[in-house]
Formats: sequence, structure tokens, C-alpha cells
Amino acid sequence: MNGIHDLGGMQDLGHIPYARTEPVFHERWEGRIFALNRCAGAWRKWNLDASRFQRELIPPAEYLRMSYYERWVEGLVALLLKTGLLAREELASGRPSPGTSKVEPLLTPDKVWPFIARGTPANRDVQAQPRFQVGQPVRTVNIHPEGHTRLPRYARDKAGIIVRDHGVFVYPDTNALFQGEQPRHLYCVRFGAQELWGPQANAQDSVYLDLWETYLEAP
Amino acid sequence: MTSPISSAETGHDHDHDHDAGHSRQKLPSDPALRVQSLESLLVEKGLVDAAALDAVVEAYEHRIGPRNGARVIARAWVDPAYRQRLFADATAAIAELGFSGSQGEHMVAVENTSRVHNLVVCTLCSCYPLPLLGLPPVWYKSPAYRARAVIDPRGVLRELGLEIPDEVEIRVWDSTAEIRYLVVPERPARTDHLSEDDLAALVTRDSMIGVAKVAS
Repeated sequence: MNGIHDLGGMQDLGHIPYARTEPVFHERWEGRIFALNRCAGAWRKWNLDASRFQRELIPPAEYLRMSYYERWVEGLVALLLKTGLLAREELASGRPSPGTSKVEPLLTPDKVWPFIARGTPANRDVQAQPRFQVGQPVRTVNIHPEGHTRLPRYARDKAGIIVRDHGVFVYPDTNALFQGEQPRHLYCVRFGAQELWGPQANAQDSVYLDLWETYLEAP
Repeated sequence: MTSPISSAETGHDHDHDHDAGHSRQKLPSDPALRVQSLESLLVEKGLVDAAALDAVVEAYEHRIGPRNGARVIARAWVDPAYRQRLFADATAAIAELGFSGSQGEHMVAVENTSRVHNLVVCTLCSCYPLPLLGLPPVWYKSPAYRARAVIDPRGVLRELGLEIPDEVEIRVWDSTAEIRYLVVPERPARTDHLSEDDLAALVTRDSMIGVAKVAS
């Protein structure tokens, strides 16, 4: 989706709010919503790509107005409703619906650290012949899907060079829409800064993106 | 009565002062109330365990942070064989030091030299190598950084206090997939006498993102 989240290349967003040090969480609720996402996510009713896509669906003006963790609140509430873990009337009343039985939490305190330390690898042990080789010139496709994609607008229809084949990874464009992982090769592609931004860029600079095979074609 | 979770609040005072000096103390902001109601609802339904939430917060506040990444950098500076392993297979080399997991499942290390400067961003969200650097700072997540790091890396670095000479090549890494990038900064001059621990103490979060150098 050509949404506000796809920020690469915008120029009118002001100064970077830099601070040399800052607390991990600025307010207590930020830590709670971060943890709620992790613990509710453990039910595996959605996946990482779906949770990213959900935050991308926040309307542009709201997206920019909200702080990072406010977007996480919106995203989590929407996913809880969409997947049926919460009912609308429960959200409205703040109480479980009458007659619903209490479940046992999946992620208990003793499982938290192993869960974090193990992570959720996104590569898949699937044999797939790579279409591209390291060193090969490629061109990105010119696509504008209304769903989720990890091919940013600024890098569409641009020429680059394959610098690494990462192997076979879950494809976010389908996974985010609950259409399956459909794993395929993921490559690191180098783009010259002038290919992306024209003569105003420094000729020797470059931008590297990790792109799935479907985003690429032979020039 | 409507619970505070359900309605996206509009029009309230949003002076998010996220700077370090941040000292305002007010009644709970709307998100604080919403999150509190959401938490109690999910706990009441048994979907989450409140003590597990505490454990997640505790892990990211105290156990995971840029000190982890600094250990990796210091080891790479003192141990050439480790350095080689780090650039060949960063995930495995980092796991040797006991760091792994969520948002660090697939790591790549990139090397700063006198001729090449690397900078990491995520233009589409705010991907960041959590096991090594902890949670990303506000500026890294800001629309301004995400927008400009790819189109004007030299301007961004200048704004953050780092001037990169024209003849040095800048490589920007946009974290568009599940690969996470760790910048290995240059070891500062005149640090031959320092121990690995002393070196680790010099390494800053910003130097591992690529917006600063390591000072001796």
C-alpha cells in the first residue's frame, strides 16, 4: 500500500528528535503495550507481517500524530478484534462477555526469556532454485499493491546489483494477508544513490535493501 | 459507560516531549488509560499473564541493551579470528557471546573503515537489532530519520554531529526484511593498551547504528 509508513525520501518532516540518552520506556504504558503485543502475539493468531500491516492501516494524519507506541495500541486492538480474541462488546465494556470461559495464559513468566532468546526465525528450509546470482544486475518491479509490501516506493523500477543471497524467507506480501508464508529467495540489492535520487546524490554513495525475488526482474 | 480502550482519542494535547530532559508530570495520558484497561481485560480473559508482562518489560529494561552489542564490537577489535567469523556469519558469531533471539535471528555485520561509512535505518517501520542494541530510541523511530536517512545520509549525519568527508563512501542499509544490521565501528587510535572490557566501555549505541564514531 502506498501509505504514510513508506517514508523513505520525504524531505519535509523537520528535525530529527535526537537525544544522546533516554529511558527504554518513556512512560510505563509504553512498556505495557510492548509487552502486551509480545504476550498476545504468542497465541499466533497473527504474524509479524500482519502486525506491521495493521499499523500501516492507521490513516496518514493519525499515523504522523501518534507516537510509536500509540500506533502499537491501535494495531493490537485491531488485531485482537479481527482474530476474535476480543469481542467488540468486551472492548466497549472493558469486561469479558458473560458466559465466556477464562483461558490459561500461553506465555507464563518462566517462558518469557526463552521465548525472547529463541526468537522467530523467518528463513525456511525449502529448496528453491535462485533466479539471480551475486553480481547480477537486476531491476525492481513497478508495483503498487493495496496490501502489504516491503518494496518501498523509492526503490521501485530502479536498477541495482545483487550483493548477497540470504536464502529462502517467508514472503511478507502474502503472510501479512494471512495467505500463507509462500517462502522465496531474499537478496540484498545495492542501488547507487544517483539511481535512486538523481544527480543531487553523492555519486559514490549507495543504499542497500533486502528484497524478495518477486520484487526483481532481469533488466 | 464506554471503556477508554475502544475510542481512538482525538484532539487532546499531544506535546510529546521525548527528549531526555522530559520532566512533565501530569495525570495519566489517554494512552495510559487505554493500555491499563486493555491489560486488565486481557488478564481477566486469561489471554495474558500480568507477571509475564512484567518479565518482558524487565528483560528489555535491564537485560537487553547496547552493552550487548558493545561486547561483540570489542571482541571483533581484539580477536582477528572472531572478527572474521563475525563478517562471515554474524548470527553465529554473536551467539558465541550468548546473544540471540527476537529481531536478531538473522544478523549481518558491516564494517566502517577510513573509506566506507555505514548507516542503518528502517524506512518502512523501525526494525532494529534488538538483542544487541535493545529497543530503538525515539529519534531512530521518528518519521524525519526514517525519511531522510536514505535520501540525504550526509545531511542526517551532519545534523547529528558527524561530518563525513566527500571522498568517503556512504552505505545506507534499509532494513526492509528480517535481516538486521550491526555497524562495526572503527577502533579508535591509541587504544592498544586497553583491555577488551575497556574497549567495550567506549562503544556507544550510536556508533553501532552508524550515526557516530567511537571516541578514544
